[in-house]
Amino acid sequence: MTDISQPHTPDTTNDQFRKIWTSPRNLFGLFMTGLTGLFAAIAILPLAAIVINVASQGLPLINLDLFTKLPPPPGLSGGGLGNAIVGTLIVLGVAFVISTPIGVLGAVWLSEFGRGSKIAYWVRFSANVLSGVPAIIAGLFSYTIVVMTMGTFSAFAGGVALAVVMLPIVMRTTEEGLVLVPEEVRLAAFGLGATRFETVSRVVLPAALPSIATAVTLALARAGGEAAPLLFTALNNNFWSTDLFRPIATLSVQIYFFAIIPFKPQQELAWAGALVLLSIILIVSIVSRFLTRRKSY
Amino acid sequence: MAATSTPPESPEVAMIRVRRNLRYYLDQGFYYLTMAFALAIAITLVWIVIQIGLTAIPAITQFGLGFLTSTTWDPVQNIYGILPQIYGTLVSAIIALVVAVPLGLGIAIFLSEDFLPTYVTTPIAFAIELLAAIPSVVIGLWGIFILIPFLRPFYTFVHRYLGWIPLFGTEPRGNSLLTLGLVLAFMILPLITSISRQTLVSLPPYLRQGAMALGATRWETILRVLIPAGFSGIVGSIMLALGRAMGETMAAAMLVGNSNRINISLLEPGSTIASLIASQFGEAGRDQVAALLYAGLVLMILSLIVNILAEIIIKKFQNVER
Amino acid sequence: MIFKLRKSRLITIISAIITASIVVACGPQGGGGSPTGQVISISGAGATFPAPLYQNWFKTYAQQVDPNVQISYQSVGSGAGLEQYINGTVDFGASDAPISGDRLKSFQERYNANPIQVPMAGGAVVFAYNLPGVDELKLPREVYCGIVTGKITRWNDPKLVAANPGKSLPDKPITFAHRSDGSGTTFIFVNHINTVCPDWPAGVGTSVNWPVGVGGQGNEGVAAQIQQNEGTIGYVEYAYAKLNNLPRALVENKSGNFIYPSPEAASKTFAGTTIPEDFALLVPDPENPEAFPIAGLTWILVYPEYEDAKKWEALKGVLLWALGDDGKKIAEQLDYVPMPPDIVDRVKVTLDKVKVKS
Repeated sequence: MTDISQPHTPDTTNDQFRKIWTSPRNLFGLFMTGLTGLFAAIAILPLAAIVINVASQGLPLINLDLFTKLPPPPGLSGGGLGNAIVGTLIVLGVAFVISTPIGVLGAVWLSEFGRGSKIAYWVRFSANVLSGVPAIIAGLFSYTIVVMTMGTFSAFAGGVALAVVMLPIVMRTTEEGLVLVPEEVRLAAFGLGATRFETVSRVVLPAALPSIATAVTLALARAGGEAAPLLFTALNNNFWSTDLFRPIATLSVQIYFFAIIPFKPQQELAWAGALVLLSIILIVSIVSRFLTRRKSY
Repeated sequence: MAATSTPPESPEVAMIRVRRNLRYYLDQGFYYLTMAFALAIAITLVWIVIQIGLTAIPAITQFGLGFLTSTTWDPVQNIYGILPQIYGTLVSAIIALVVAVPLGLGIAIFLSEDFLPTYVTTPIAFAIELLAAIPSVVIGLWGIFILIPFLRPFYTFVHRYLGWIPLFGTEPRGNSLLTLGLVLAFMILPLITSISRQTLVSLPPYLRQGAMALGATRWETILRVLIPAGFSGIVGSIMLALGRAMGETMAAAMLVGNSNRINISLLEPGSTIASLIASQFGEAGRDQVAALLYAGLVLMILSLIVNILAEIIIKKFQNVER
Repeated sequence: MIFKLRKSRLITIISAIITASIVVACGPQGGGGSPTGQVISISGAGATFPAPLYQNWFKTYAQQVDPNVQISYQSVGSGAGLEQYINGTVDFGASDAPISGDRLKSFQERYNANPIQVPMAGGAVVFAYNLPGVDELKLPREVYCGIVTGKITRWNDPKLVAANPGKSLPDKPITFAHRSDGSGTTFIFVNHINTVCPDWPAGVGTSVNWPVGVGGQGNEGVAAQIQQNEGTIGYVEYAYAKLNNLPRALVENKSGNFIYPSPEAASKTFAGTTIPEDFALLVPDPENPEAFPIAGLTWILVYPEYEDAKKWEALKGVLLWALGDDGKKIAEQLDYVPMPPDIVDRVKVTLDKVKVKS
């Protein structure tokens, strides 16, 4: 509870300061609290339904094989998604390495240097429009600039495609976090003679780290589940591969393929794959939160 | 700087100069680096538009603006128009926003204010972010096999008692614009909730303290001070979410019914631009690919228009300066 | 706070999990490498219809014959597969429809040779329906033409009743479910419909402008439409209907016989037909009196010339193995139609013509 709403030395004899629950203002507050609580419940129920559904369908298949074996060919059972799990980590890693610096530093420019300028306006605009580009088109973009020039599908091309998907989310979410760092903090840093680089890298970015972590986690979550941009970039690989410049298997593509074929063992693996994907994002989310515990001002 | 006229420097001064210059160049370099990265996103967008535009040229020259007003999509005769898809894209995105914005904002407030202890709110916030990670094909399957059978009695109920409203005027079929809108709402919920929550949490505490010191109740503080102060962040999250809703492909293709018709009833199957691209791209002939990419271009322009509108809204209503 | 006390432990657990997963992830690669020779990796892309079969073939080949031949196949769709084939980003392409038109032309322009396409398997497309209490529904030509064109709209239509004596056909509307995405399944289906139905308006393609019906995304979308709505009939791949226990209708063929769908009945479609030089064989309406009439082939496209001799030898080896006895067995298990011996012989001759750069 906030300390502000309750006086530190409650004077029970003085009725004047007592909270009157029947006053319209307090009733309104009560009503709104109930309403948002209800909203939270409404939203969390189906959410829980999906997560529980994925978990209950996927859990029976979570075993060591899932992480160490190759996918079973259609019609047979057993096996796992080992190569796809490794592939997803690699492709997401590439996408992370590309999109995070660009997204975060781009957001720094938007919030620290370019605020209010015409260019910033258009950059922000581009980010919003880019977020609405269907994922399959992000894949086609990477196809033309990476696959066509290198002449082969590759994990790297998949990473580029996912980076395009992640970029607007990272940039816009980070910017919102940076804007909210109080102006006084910057002024204090400048006052101590820090350059813009020092102010941003030592003061502003650390203060906004939790927002950046949210930004990256959200973006990774979005990118991790996308199959469409990977179909024409990372393609697929039915075997182990860690080569950045060769086709690679990914969970989302494997889930997509297994979900639409008629064979039961594959459909079950698709659910297990979805659960693994969720777990990867959960781990990323938890780790990022521990690494970026809030520094408040 | 006139180097010849300066007296010889002591090593310490030279060190300071070098260090200062290093700091200066680092600072300059940093500035231009961030600017270059910011511009990178704009360049990426332009690049994508050009790339897609080039492939779409045959369709653009053949169909022109008539593409936007025609309702025929015939891959055999190669005659294309996407009015039903434009309609479906906008309607399903609006349904998604109507559902997700109050829900998302409500949850963001519920989780950011101290209604509940953090050991309750943190896992909920986690869970909501996780939702963003469920592959859209899995959401699509969940929609087909679990959600649609679950919703059917509700649809029948709505049709029976509210059937006089044209929006619910037809027999419910399961796959429909309404189903897609509802599923999209849950797909965009994580974006709205996480970003809005982050915005509300990050607001300077003195805003809250000031409002409460003036005697505002908690909800007056939230509605009159915090939300206006975080308005651009909230609208930003909604814009990102809208983009996601309009661009969602796999779940849309699986749930919208892909019928090439415009029907005022939300219970009828429809089609969206992204679902059209997703469901036809793989097997398309060359003329069809051109038409599909033309449709993709239209989607981006739609998204541009929506963003311009949002920008206008922010300018009009944001009355608290940060 | 309890939470704070646990933090360090949680971090330990998390790092343990990460370390473990890295170890697990890297383990098999270190140990599972090739014992002899070097790995030849080949990639292909294209049709979705035969994708389960291809993945099974290539995987089984690597397990049982030669672990160094690693073929990856990704189902991106026939059209996209052909584009990859033309662009040279894959080692082979796959398609449910023969290469033709502007794509054929641009291949010829780019490679100065004709593409080499060989049929690998066939498959049947069946009518599946949801009508409780009615099994072995018989569909005369006139009736299913009427259903897809919208002329027959009720289950107790006199023509339908006449063909199914003794079955209780309800007085209910017929809902026709079709694929809404582009697919080889649709191509095979409308190829047949276009030939046998005189008033079919929509032509032939991987997706068409349907006169009636509701769309479903993919086989699973159509199957869900059928399963969830009584009185619905639609077309799906044979394997999908069989594995999901959807009731399948008997279809009248050219000779007037009603044939229950099965891979054997579908394989009769291709027996005794004259096959053109480029294997682009479409049998929209088979003559054989025992043939199930809605069936088609699926092709793999290889280049007329390969840079890497080893790669081609490996690919050729796999394709011939897949068309041989071992491959046939797998095709039958997965309910595809294996190629008859005379076609296999001709494929062998054709594959021998592929050149390699020395």
